Amino acid sequence: MRRRAVRSLAALVAALGGALALASCGKPAPATYTVTIANMAFGPAPDGLRVGDTIEWVNADIFQHSATAKDGSFDADLPPHAHARTVLKKAGQIDVYCRYHPGMSGRLAVAS
Amino acid sequence: MIRRTLMGAALALAIPAAALAQAAKPNDAQIAHIAYTAGAIDVAAGKQAVAKSHNKDVLAFANEMVRDHTAVNDQALALVKKLGVTPQDNPTSQSLQAGAKAKLAELAKLNGKAFDKAYVENEVAYHKTVNGALSGTLIPSAQNAELKSLLQTGLKLFTEHQHHAEMLAAKLK
Repeated sequence: MRRRAVRSLAALVAALGGALALASCGKPAPATYTVTIANMAFGPAPDGLRVGDTIEWVNADIFQHSATAKDGSFDADLPPHAHARTVLKKAGQIDVYCRYHPGMSGRLAVAS
Repeated sequence: MIRRTLMGAALALAIPAAALAQAAKPNDAQIAHIAYTAGAIDVAAGKQAVAKSHNKDVLAFANEMVRDHTAVNDQALALVKKLGVTPQDNPTSQSLQAGAKAKLAELAKLNGKAFDKAYVENEVAYHKTVNGALSGTLIPSAQNAELKSLLQTGLKLFTEHQHHAEMLAAKLK
């Protein structure tokens, strides 16, 4: 039993190592960036976004918000003080707004 | 005596915009009362719309009003408690309440599209009035920094609501 556990752990380590090696050759590994919504406004868009990166939306307001892509590529619902993640799937300029307060807007520049 | 009664009647009839403009230099306890009252009025209006409307967009807007204004008012209550301030009733709050009561009764008689239109048009006008009072009187008069900051957040929120209501009003025409 214990031997099997050790063996599967070794397999896991090997698999992880392989994945890391794959990720490290060529494109940089996907990164996670935080965008905070506070006082009825989106915080500044992170620089250097690439396809595959994750945006962690943090709602610091007492109001319900959403981070909704105008092109329909993502729509994160954000209750007060909640956070949600979206993965960037395509390159280009993505306009983002809040469904509840449509005057709140931001723009992400995503490289391929 | 007669003159005073007449003046009282004229004041009671005055629209909230005029009443708010008259509230020169209210103190923080009065400001907190006015802001809370203004929010509570919009929550009541939103609840009426949620009960009466069948329009998807109007319902979404009304639910947003109830949710957002309740959130601000909860925050306001927490703040006055923390500051040890007792909100103080005043003629501006009373005039707002009287106007809102009349409006609720007027809207209660309407149904369907007529209700939706009247509700949303009043929301546009009401948010304009409250925003004018916030930026012109309440925010400049507020002494406490935390109260001022909450009112400023309120102004951003209500300005968004005003735009949303204007968009909706144009759609309902």
